[in-house]
Amino acid sequence: MSQTSANMNDLKKNIPDELDKHLLNDFQYGFPLEPRPFKKIAERLGTTEDVVIDRLNELQDQGTVSRVGAVFRANSIGASTLAAMSVPEKKIEGVAAMVSDYSEVNHNYLREHHFNLWFVVTASDEQALNVVLDDIEHRSGLPVMYLPMQEDFHIDLGFDLKWT
Amino acid sequence: MSFVMATSQVKQTPQSGHNVHLDDIDRKIIQATQAGLPLVSRPYDDIAMQIGISADEVLKRMCKMQQCGIIRRIAAVPNHYALGYKANGMTVWDVPDDRIDELGKQVGTLEFVSHCYHRPRYLPGWRYNLFAMVHAHTREEALQLVSRIADLLGEGCRGHDVLFSTRILKKTCMRLIS
Repeated sequence: MSQTSANMNDLKKNIPDELDKHLLNDFQYGFPLEPRPFKKIAERLGTTEDVVIDRLNELQDQGTVSRVGAVFRANSIGASTLAAMSVPEKKIEGVAAMVSDYSEVNHNYLREHHFNLWFVVTASDEQALNVVLDDIEHRSGLPVMYLPMQEDFHIDLGFDLKWT
Repeated sequence: MSFVMATSQVKQTPQSGHNVHLDDIDRKIIQATQAGLPLVSRPYDDIAMQIGISADEVLKRMCKMQQCGIIRRIAAVPNHYALGYKANGMTVWDVPDDRIDELGKQVGTLEFVSHCYHRPRYLPGWRYNLFAMVHAHTREEALQLVSRIADLLGEGCRGHDVLFSTRILKKTCMRLIS
């Protein structure tokens, strides 16, 4: 197989077909809470349980589906906060890697701003959360801005995907 | 370090959220499912086996957790970035405190906003109290969405900014119980 056709196949593999689109878009909420959920989905999409399970496995392997399961409300169990730091350019790689290393940090993003490092810390309780935040301040020598959620205004029904 | 004062202030104000009673079995269910359900014919049976309860009990408890809001939704969760939504903009807004609930609810219902939160200001360094995440294929498309939020807020917007992500260093699902 030539290089080009191999690439074409790889590309094709990751382009969602009609079934994939439904699996990706239609079950962002209301995933069946019943003994055989994939059978129920298959009935709705006019296919078989095995096909649905296989496709979801593939989508998960490709990374287009992060996971199939419950989305938990932030702060419903334990404590969490969004945090931000303004890290000088020459220290950013080291500080960013140090922050990512904490198992309590589940999201960590570089953003274009004076506050250039943004992360979410989740811990079992407020005290455990503060230990992590204090530790990050101490090790980096930089202040951490904490912005815990005060109110959630979003009714989370997923996100209507548009295909390009 | 102009926001150190505010930092200690927030530390004294716990934000641990809803006081919903969870017992050990609920916690075990969360622990067993937080990384995703097994993709098998009877996924809840697998979870039940791990915990040593019936599948029926798992379903009942998950249903209850959904009703009380611990579980927001049960979903096949798409990875937006992998699907071409490469422009991830955290939009931040300075709105009057006495209008935050009214305006926040309006922004929260926009179909292109994936998260919308009231967060504290950090004066003088950080004036923004309303956060809304937008996801788009390109920056231009994202900026159009930002202007739609600005239109909606009208005079309620005293200033705003958009922080695009340049690199995702870590993105794992929330580990509620480790």
